[in-house]
Amino acid sequence: MSSRDTVLASVRRGLGVTGNEAARRAAVQERLARHARGLIPARGQLPPEERIALFRNMVAAAAGTTTRVAIAADVPKEVAALLRTLNLPQAMRRGDDPRLAAMPWAEQKALTVSTGASDGSDLAGVSHAFGAIAESGTLMLLSGPDNPTTLNFLPDTHIVVISAEDIAGDYESLWTRLRERYGAGAMPRVVNLITGPSRSADIGQTLILGAHGPRRLHVIVVGSATGGNPPSFRRVNSRVIARNRS
Amino acid sequence: MTTATSQRFKENARAALADAQLQRAIGDAGGGFVLRRQEAAGKLPEFDALRDSAQAIKEHTLRHLDLYLEAYEERVTAQGGHVHYAVNAEEARAIVLDLCRKAGARSVTKGKSMVSEEMELNAFLEQNGIAAVETDLGEYIIQIRHEAPSHIIAPAIHVTKEQVQADFRRVHTHLPADRNLDESTTMLTEARNILREKFLTADVGITGANFLVAETGSSIIVTNEGNGDLTQTLPKMHIVLATIEKLVPTLEDVSQLLRVLARSATGQEMSVYTTLSTGPRRPGDPDGPAEYHVVLLDNGRSAMLGSPFQDMLRCIRCGACMNHCPVYNAVGGHAYGFVYPGPMGSVLTPAIIGIENAKHLPNASTFCGRCEEVCPVRIPLPRMLRAWREREFERHLSPATVRSGLALWSFFAKRPKLYSFATNIAAQMLSALGKRGRFRRLPLASGWTRHRDLPAPQGATFQAQWKARSRP
Repeated sequence: MSSRDTVLASVRRGLGVTGNEAARRAAVQERLARHARGLIPARGQLPPEERIALFRNMVAAAAGTTTRVAIAADVPKEVAALLRTLNLPQAMRRGDDPRLAAMPWAEQKALTVSTGASDGSDLAGVSHAFGAIAESGTLMLLSGPDNPTTLNFLPDTHIVVISAEDIAGDYESLWTRLRERYGAGAMPRVVNLITGPSRSADIGQTLILGAHGPRRLHVIVVGSATGGNPPSFRRVNSRVIARNRS
Repeated sequence: MTTATSQRFKENARAALADAQLQRAIGDAGGGFVLRRQEAAGKLPEFDALRDSAQAIKEHTLRHLDLYLEAYEERVTAQGGHVHYAVNAEEARAIVLDLCRKAGARSVTKGKSMVSEEMELNAFLEQNGIAAVETDLGEYIIQIRHEAPSHIIAPAIHVTKEQVQADFRRVHTHLPADRNLDESTTMLTEARNILREKFLTADVGITGANFLVAETGSSIIVTNEGNGDLTQTLPKMHIVLATIEKLVPTLEDVSQLLRVLARSATGQEMSVYTTLSTGPRRPGDPDGPAEYHVVLLDNGRSAMLGSPFQDMLRCIRCGACMNHCPVYNAVGGHAYGFVYPGPMGSVLTPAIIGIENAKHLPNASTFCGRCEEVCPVRIPLPRMLRAWREREFERHLSPATVRSGLALWSFFAKRPKLYSFATNIAAQMLSALGKRGRFRRLPLASGWTRHRDLPAPQGATFQAQWKARSRP
């Protein structure tokens, strides 16, 4: 008898079952196929702009930082500015994610941009998130040909770009989106849920940021929840437009 | 062949109480966990309802565990991973060694895994010429101190900052001896640099798993440092060590459990890194392991199903029970003599190493009930400790003094009139003998009076007062 058979037989003996009971099999099949949602806290169930605000507050509560830009094309400028503020060299590595690839990196003349997996020598990494969860200020990143997992953990500073419209209230909404993308029961090799920068309290129970992963996590929120410009930018733009008209 | 010292709990506890260094470390840790949990729970109105949900999910899964194991295995295999069953620790060690040899491994990095500690994997790998490096900072500290973890989520909670400093100087001899290590941050940076090198050169990465998802065949690790992710991403082979009760049906179910896990453990809304891993590197992936293996260990779990200890298998290893335990907080984790300390350990350890090897543990409790109050999956820990005590009694494992004491008490308890008469006399006598309402020393109660005074009974017995007050 193989170890597998021994363990399964012992489980069945303990439960007093054979494993062939139709009702039990049906219950398991149904649960896996329906993947019903459980209790979802009210906290993240908000209108789009409030949801984005909650997300940014929760990232801050987890010791991360956020900024917001109107359109994706603003991201390279934002990254360059951030590196300057942090007194870091104008150099970064990103994946080949089409959304990142489409951004005007070349416009930032001083910024050296490399692509692909990290070997541990990069000081700053830029990733694009698949989604985010406002409830806890959590980012969801997926591995794949264009999204190296090493970028999420090896660089000292991790910059994550997220489209405002991809910020959900809860985890469950993103599981649904993931199933739509990959099919039922299938997953990318790695799903990283990231809430703030790396930390440890293992020395004398004092919390210190930057244990093995990034010391800093910065999130750049792009656009508005409905796909257009965020309200603040719209306001600025309409004022500019109004002035031009007068 | 375990090196457990649970049998010596009393001696261990006595030594721990007299260990000034240890008492200082435990004192420093203090009520931090307790306060942070309370705060996090208070911020989420649905917290208690989520605990009910978490409990129901685990109960359902355990009742259908055979079928969820099959479903999980099918999904892992479909996505290019391998599942290896192990009946006991010995089998699991052999499987891991075999995999390491196939990978031609000389060095292995490890994420924090209590199952690995339970298997005593590191010593075994080392005997077989493979260097295993713990990468969780707490685990790294206890590894260089040649100690066992004293807490399931904060393995080095018993070590003071000054001790870590001395250990780093002792072990990191390639660094200048006069370097400044006064601050925790400098020590952390030193460990980070040393371990970074290990991550990049390891052949195999071994992690544990907080959950296994049947729907997708994913293993999940929950960490704050990011070491688990580097451990599993950089080497060519990733081995997951998990026990069979880690199964959860769906991603939605896991979300319920994640909402109570970090809040109960560290008081965080979410731990920093929650990582779902499914199979090996895919075509076109720029990084990740080429091979993905899961070792599914039983080691006594299946025998708990259908027993009074089945509910223990709901445990999600948050550590809240030990954080809230007056006994754990007085003696620390090592006194329990095995990987799992505190209330959850006192229930689980006897199931793994045998009650005859852990007979003191079910008695290492004041039955105050705080552990059950804070457990995110509502495990009735005191009830199960009582069940172990009953087994000890049935199997004549309890000491003669306890047995004769219980026999004497049951003689009276079965005769209510005699009981009431005898307790009345005893209460009056003790009340008269006690000086200023207490005893500094009392024969037959020296175990108590050695450390504190015993209060003398005041007035009539409880039963007599109850009777008097119940009268209309």
